[in-house]
Amino acid sequence: MGVASRFGFDDAIREGRELGKSLGEEAEIRDMVVTAIYRRAEAIVGKVASQTRKTSPDWDKRIDDVLTSRLVGYPLMLALLGFVLWLTIIGANYPSNILAALFSVIEDQLTGLFSLWGAPAWLHGLVVLGTYRGLAWVVSVMLPPMAIFFPLFTLLEDLGYLPRIAFNLDNLFKRSGAHGKQALTMAMGFGCNAAGVMAARIIESPREQMIAILTNNFIPCNGRFPLLIAMSTMFLGVGILGYGNVLASLAVAGMILFGIAMTFLVSYLLSKTMLKGISASFTLELPPYRKPQVVQVLVRSVFDRTLFVLWRAVKVAAPAGALVWVLANWHIGDMSIIGHMAGYLDPFARLIGMDGFILLAFILGLPANEIVIPILLMSYLGTGALLELDSLSTMKALLVSRGWTWLTTLNVMVFSLLHFPCGTTLLTIHHETGGWKWTVVAALLTTITAVAVCFLITQGARIWQLVP
Amino acid sequence: MKPIYRPSGALITKADFVPTHITADYVIGLAGNPNTGKSTVFNTLTGLNQHTGNWPGKTVSQARGFYRHQGKNVILVDLPGTYSLLANSIEEEVARDFICFAKPHATVVVVDATCLERNLNLVLQVLEITPRTLVCLNLVDEAERKGLHIDVGGLSDELGIPVVPTAARSGRGMTLLKDSINNIASGEHATQPRPVRYLGSLENAIGRLETYLEQVYTNGLSKRWVALRLLEGDSTIIQAIHNHSLAVTQQEG
Repeated sequence: MGVASRFGFDDAIREGRELGKSLGEEAEIRDMVVTAIYRRAEAIVGKVASQTRKTSPDWDKRIDDVLTSRLVGYPLMLALLGFVLWLTIIGANYPSNILAALFSVIEDQLTGLFSLWGAPAWLHGLVVLGTYRGLAWVVSVMLPPMAIFFPLFTLLEDLGYLPRIAFNLDNLFKRSGAHGKQALTMAMGFGCNAAGVMAARIIESPREQMIAILTNNFIPCNGRFPLLIAMSTMFLGVGILGYGNVLASLAVAGMILFGIAMTFLVSYLLSKTMLKGISASFTLELPPYRKPQVVQVLVRSVFDRTLFVLWRAVKVAAPAGALVWVLANWHIGDMSIIGHMAGYLDPFARLIGMDGFILLAFILGLPANEIVIPILLMSYLGTGALLELDSLSTMKALLVSRGWTWLTTLNVMVFSLLHFPCGTTLLTIHHETGGWKWTVVAALLTTITAVAVCFLITQGARIWQLVP
Repeated sequence: MKPIYRPSGALITKADFVPTHITADYVIGLAGNPNTGKSTVFNTLTGLNQHTGNWPGKTVSQARGFYRHQGKNVILVDLPGTYSLLANSIEEEVARDFICFAKPHATVVVVDATCLERNLNLVLQVLEITPRTLVCLNLVDEAERKGLHIDVGGLSDELGIPVVPTAARSGRGMTLLKDSINNIASGEHATQPRPVRYLGSLENAIGRLETYLEQVYTNGLSKRWVALRLLEGDSTIIQAIHNHSLAVTQQEG
């Protein structure tokens, strides 16, 4: 079949336009077409569908009236968030300890094997004290919270609650000049920011999509959750008459709320400066509540999320552990390489209430946020190996001996929440926006925000003499 | 800012959706409104034989899956969930382009039995493009619970295409659905859709334009449908047909 020339097409278009004009405006014709289709659908339904018995009250609607009301909507969202985090923190403690103990037993066996073979100390250091301990830390600290948080989150998703969250937040996003669907991409960010960035595809208009992409990083992903949870549990979760876990959950919830607040603020600023425009309205359909398929949810969240993310962390943590071990044990003069690097960063880091080692850990943690803490601990120890983390209190003791105060902890949490996206997320941003320009914007925007906020917190605390 | 998707009309053919290691007998499109359990239908039919990626040239996720039924290899392409095919959004455009240009052996429209009316709009629009269509009337269990009765035979007569009642979550009706898909894809069951009738003046114009389009290459698309789009002032579809035919000739030449 020969392809007709443009002649045929053009003629057809012109002919259509002529005929159309005799009928009315284009919008009118479109209206006629749509109306006819609707009428037909209506007529068919009238013939074939019937209500056989009086329906019970429409529960979906009744529940929605409460869940998305002004009075109950927000408090309930916050309460659910707090509850999920509380369950995660409490539930993760025990398996974490068991896993850590298990890994430490394995490590003793490994050390035994190495000395049996007469392996040189550097090999044992590199493999066991560097690579293995980095891995063990990532698995024992990350796996339990993820195995609890993800299924809970997926259950809420399956139940149909997430669209309600989007519905509740729509107004706030619109006022920030962003798109209501950003609530959904934000929710995806809790799992993984790269996934959240990719999810921004559901936002049709390029301007709002870009805002969603650039601000997604302000939501702590599961790679940063362990840091937030460990830090708050360490400094708040112990003692205080058993309320520790509640306090720690509140602290993490507070951090998340702060991240969400920053999302709104930065979205607003972006829509007033780089990405000017009026936000598009959209119809969000609230799907009916459905009984979650519990088994499927468990399987899906374990395989699709938990193991996937853990595997990614492990892949990065192993070589990073080895690299940090080398940096911490290779001496130039009387200081390790890592010591030199940290010393170089130190003056700047002090300004934002941290120290050179912390900042260096964040920088070296670029490939994956999960390994920031292991790197930090490894570089803190003069011997250059991770200490055995049988409990969070040992870790706290180490940090306090390094001069950590509540201010340092707060700054580390805030910086972790706001700082540059991890390598995978940056690559995803590059892919989704089709260029380096917006990738660089994303990295700078977040990092500048993080530095500014930490600077304000630190200087404020010093001016009001809240720290010794 | 540059849009991050390409305009309509890229070359897509059925073959693009067939993995290299499979010889496919049929390529089937799976359309439907959002929240109709379309993904559940897709998952139930294809199980773990799935592949996800992007639509060619678009940042819209695409999933396709594979299953065997009655000795036939069937590739199922999950189209984006849409309320219409008017190409108001990238999703709608992707779904429309697939049905128009990849010309699947059959298109299954998944319909939520509990809100039939809204869902039928999409069915009627698909029917205007291709008669090789069948309805998967899903969530019939939920409809029953709500005391809603649907005369499946009557619906099938009204539309002129097969309607298969299913409850994909429990697997109900899935074998019948696969039977029905094969029947339509093989051409054994030739459907006789009853098109939507428009106002007299509009019908006149459609008729005149249809005759006119006889002389124009429309890639085998229903002339009635193309005529309607032209009358609406939507010349993008003609553009898409043009681009598509150019791409086909380039590939063949």
